[in-house]
Amino acid sequence: MTLSTLWVLVEPTEDSLTSTSLEMLSHARTLSDNVAAITWGNGASFAAQAGDYGAKTLYDVGDLSGALPGVPVASAIQALIEREGAPDAILIPTSYDGRDVAGRLSARLDRPVLTNVAGLRDESGLVTEHPVFGGSLTVYAKFTSDGPGIVVVRAKSFAAEPAGGVPATVVAATPGELGATASATIVTSHVEERTGPKLEDATVVVSGGRGLGDASTYALIEEIAKLLHGAAGASRAIVDAGWVPYSHQVGQTGKTVKPLVYVACGISGATQHMVGMKGSKNIVAINKDPDAPIFQIADLGIVGDVHKVLPALIDALKAR
Amino acid sequence: MNIVVCVKQIPDPAAPQSFDASNNLNRSGKLILDEADTYGVEMALQLVDKAGGGEVTVVSMGSGADVAGLRNALAMGATKAVIVSDESLRGSDALSTAKVLAAVIRRGPFDLILAATESSDGYTGTTPVQLAELLGLPSITFAKAVSVEGSTLKVSRQTEAGYDEVSATLPALVTVTAGVVEPRYASFKGIMAAKSKSLEVLSVGDLGLDGQVGAAGARETITAVQASESRQAGEKYVDEGDGAEKVVAFLESIKVL
Repeated sequence: MTLSTLWVLVEPTEDSLTSTSLEMLSHARTLSDNVAAITWGNGASFAAQAGDYGAKTLYDVGDLSGALPGVPVASAIQALIEREGAPDAILIPTSYDGRDVAGRLSARLDRPVLTNVAGLRDESGLVTEHPVFGGSLTVYAKFTSDGPGIVVVRAKSFAAEPAGGVPATVVAATPGELGATASATIVTSHVEERTGPKLEDATVVVSGGRGLGDASTYALIEEIAKLLHGAAGASRAIVDAGWVPYSHQVGQTGKTVKPLVYVACGISGATQHMVGMKGSKNIVAINKDPDAPIFQIADLGIVGDVHKVLPALIDALKAR
Repeated sequence: MNIVVCVKQIPDPAAPQSFDASNNLNRSGKLILDEADTYGVEMALQLVDKAGGGEVTVVSMGSGADVAGLRNALAMGATKAVIVSDESLRGSDALSTAKVLAAVIRRGPFDLILAATESSDGYTGTTPVQLAELLGLPSITFAKAVSVEGSTLKVSRQTEAGYDEVSATLPALVTVTAGVVEPRYASFKGIMAAKSKSLEVLSVGDLGLDGQVGAAGARETITAVQASESRQAGEKYVDEGDGAEKVVAFLESIKVL
């Protein structure tokens, strides 16, 4: 292994580190013998989990008193580098807060950042893999300056596998003076309730796009998802149009899903959407435009009107 | 209230994308204002209106001479535009882009900077936050609603689970999601008025950034570009009233049913 040290930003949720965090730890330990994780908030309570997935040390920025994580976490990482020396690279999840940390850190350290990374290997230095043009091409890139390179990794790029490691040693990491940059503070949090499995974990994902025609037709998508014990997703177009909340969005800016089957209804297959779902095991597409790009990757394509096919599908599923 | 909106002119997303010989995105065709940026322009116009006055300045950078996208923003109602246009900016990475934008924005007073969450061509998505850090500003990304009360900025910010209400003190930077407002179409009057508005074109030298940005400042390189393993299209049927049955049969075949 030519990589001596890798740091991985691991994002806490209420009861676990995020799945992308665990995926990155799992892969990092195959590239380096010395993997450390960095977390904040309640993250230190997951030291056992971080260790199980390969982190020896867990640097903890601690409670942020409501501040958005980007500024204080980037500052703490900068201070850590000054104290402990720079790792070869810092892996950061593609998430709202992860991208904030990456941008802040890049400008603070004057170091480059590579985003939308879907693969990472060591060829006498890190080589990153980026799907472009809707995943039809893969670009390979590497850093040409001294470390640490900042790598922002897409969800589901690697498998999350525990390695049975001992709990990570928790070490405090403290932000420096933040000045005016620190004023962004969370006042209240709103959780949009949803039932059934989480979009990114569901075995079946049924998604709707602009072809549904109007917001009310999305109820058909939700009903089919429920009948198949799956989750309901959406294209960026209808999320932007305000038909469904952002938490349903599948694609470049939304969630990456790899279910057993993905059912795309009234979705044409824009580049932005395909990147988030083309890793699905099976793809079914229903669209009235026979030339829609989605049919090029669909295992089963139905050229038809979603307003006819979806109600018939609901009847057929209910009759079983 | 003075607002700066960072915008990008991009190749038409409806046209097929390709790389040039140096593995940069081919930008030889006509460039248009990134649709993702029209939301920031509209948001700025609305906020300045609500504040009872002020200027909306559109700031951009590029390697070519095209300014049609900036004219479009001016036609929507922006006060003036500044573009750093220099052949040496070809191959700029996100941090170099942020350095150029920061140098332009430092030249004048502002209360708020708006940008899209990411461009629709490169979608790196880090330039705005890098810019905020270079300017020493707080930032709130992924805004789905923005309001200003005095010197306090209030933003509904998307999260994995829903959204947060976040506040910050101006001056600040906000990235807005598409759909945050309904961008207006440029009126004929607006298009005519845009022709006489200030559109300043600067070079890298004007900003004192020679040799620090563009390909010279990029510290990452593309080692290879390969066609991805392609997914084969399967069977395609025209619905003759049996479309739903075909879907059910397929779901049975993969044991989902």
